[in-house]
Amino acid sequence: MSTPKTIYDKIWESHIVDTNDDGTTILYIDRHLVHEVTSPQAFEGLRLSGRKVRRPEFTLATADHNVPTADRDKGIADPDSKLQVETLEMNAKENNITYLPMTDKRQGIVHIVGPEQGFTQPGMTIVCGDSHTSTHGAFGALAWGIGTSEVEHTLATQTLVQTKAKNMCIKITGKVIEGVTAKDIVLAIIRKIGTAGGTGYVIEYTGEAIRNLSMEGRMTVCNMSIEAGARAGLISPDETTCEYLRGRPLAPKGEVFEDAVNYWKSLASDEGAHYDSVVEIRADEIIPQITWGTSPEDVVSIDGFVPDPENEKNADKKKSIERALDYMGLEPNMPVNEIKIDKVFIGSCTNGRIEDLRAVSQIAKGRKVEKGVHAMIVPGSGLVKEQAEKEGLDKIFIEAGFDWRDPGCSMCLAMNADKLQPQERCASTSNRNFEGRQGRGGRTHLMSPQMAAAAAIRGKLTDFRDL
Amino acid sequence: MEKFNKLSGHAIPLRITNVDTDMIIPKQFLKTIKRTGLGEFLFYELRYDQDGNKISSFALNQEQYKDASILIAGKNFGCGSSREHAPWSIADYGIKCIIAPSYADIFYNNCFKNGILPIILDEATVSRLQDSSDSILNFNIDLEKQNITFLENNEKKEISFEIDPAKKKCLLEGLDDIGLTLNKVASIGHFEEDQENEIPWLYGNKLK
Repeated sequence: MSTPKTIYDKIWESHIVDTNDDGTTILYIDRHLVHEVTSPQAFEGLRLSGRKVRRPEFTLATADHNVPTADRDKGIADPDSKLQVETLEMNAKENNITYLPMTDKRQGIVHIVGPEQGFTQPGMTIVCGDSHTSTHGAFGALAWGIGTSEVEHTLATQTLVQTKAKNMCIKITGKVIEGVTAKDIVLAIIRKIGTAGGTGYVIEYTGEAIRNLSMEGRMTVCNMSIEAGARAGLISPDETTCEYLRGRPLAPKGEVFEDAVNYWKSLASDEGAHYDSVVEIRADEIIPQITWGTSPEDVVSIDGFVPDPENEKNADKKKSIERALDYMGLEPNMPVNEIKIDKVFIGSCTNGRIEDLRAVSQIAKGRKVEKGVHAMIVPGSGLVKEQAEKEGLDKIFIEAGFDWRDPGCSMCLAMNADKLQPQERCASTSNRNFEGRQGRGGRTHLMSPQMAAAAAIRGKLTDFRDL
Repeated sequence: MEKFNKLSGHAIPLRITNVDTDMIIPKQFLKTIKRTGLGEFLFYELRYDQDGNKISSFALNQEQYKDASILIAGKNFGCGSSREHAPWSIADYGIKCIIAPSYADIFYNNCFKNGILPIILDEATVSRLQDSSDSILNFNIDLEKQNITFLENNEKKEISFEIDPAKKKCLLEGLDDIGLTLNKVASIGHFEEDQENEIPWLYGNKLK
């Protein structure tokens, strides 16, 4: 029998085009997602060197970072944002790449659009000039974020020059307790291994709690692999994966679909495959998680306390805690469920899918957003928005006092008009709590959609199970 | 691509760990469609207050670091987003070499595409260099020899560093890696033919 392989080994080996003299590998790229922020300089580079896009049909473009999430009929007010979006549209047209404009209901965050359209499939290599490309790993695709130079390289050659990463296995054993979500699982992982814990690795998530997740939940977990420092996160495909893909516009049809299913299932990691590092976490030890600081590893359970720098022996860490507490405007040792909030952001490529909105509606139904709190819900795509409205979720949100908006990246990174004011505090379902991420001086606490909805209702961080 | 061979210059100590790419270049400056001109916005929110005044305690605003071309940073430098605007802004500011205990993966790779040498040294050495950066006028960085030399208290010091040979070559020669890959265009074509035979559903299906 041949040596047992991980899914990462299998995908890597099946995409080797050639090996360079220096030992690097030319790896074939099956699919390339393109958005407006990290692509203009790449297309410009192609123009200057007289090169063409090798495989326009393997490339899909949409604008997400700069688009407004309200009053879309008025277009984009900010001239720089407008130019960037128009430049993408022009580049896509010139190079015969499918582009989903703001007026198309399929438009949305690239990492929501790809899976929805069946553009993302197991066994593929997928790249995008965006670190959260790791999201697509939920399908058992090897997907990672790249810089603009590599966007240009991919456009011109449909390949990238790569060095293989190491294999890490993160196993979440047993079942989660009720009310614990994919977001809590991934925050607990980052809490354990740290923001550099996955550097140099591709992480494969395994274990019963991962298997029990829906595709939406798996995407949430893989999405934040980058916050754990890993280049990519993967989950071996199974029945859940195949059922999600069945009937998607770009998924194989009829008999070919069955061939594809056989192929997809063959990609799963072999019994006995070697991992360079293994981490195990018991699912039943995880309760709703939130971040208190300015790094995604600054995680604490909702029944926990803001840390005290005096208890930290490592001088660097102590300094980091002091800096984070100062920025966040928090006192050491205060219970985190006493932290009052001003804003709520529900959305992003981490938690802007239909399942997330359904969960929020369960909390919002029959309740009201606390006076003085502005709580926005930004669906991840036009199709998510349409589905939510079909189910009447929008009425529940509006009735409860939430602001129901149009799709885009929005206040996850505040490149459009949606941003925090200095010192405003936000309960957010996004992926980064960096200084200034949601607006200069803004203070971000990351959490699950349920927890963010509960924060909106109570006006403070709260365990949604206590509502 | 820009070459890197030798560099001689002053160094700026940045004593913060986990410096993310949002700190290096905040999102409001990502709306550009050019690669150039981002240096003035490097570390913008650490350099300027909300009214646009310089924050004097921040190293980049201090007179003695005015012409520095080396940044000595904390561990996990460049974490977060894949934005190449981060190395673009660093290079445009005039910094061509970073010394840190570790880097985030995407940022590290992006440096090599932009003529920036990211050196990895152990934490204790980085910390020592940060402490002595004020008193050392010139750090001499030699990529070919893989060493850093400097005079400290009139004594010549040398620190060597490791680097992946492929990445070293790429910087030394300033190679056009797209051109190099396109030399293998026949292999890419063969790969596509084989893949289409094996996994036919990957081909011929475009979103309308």
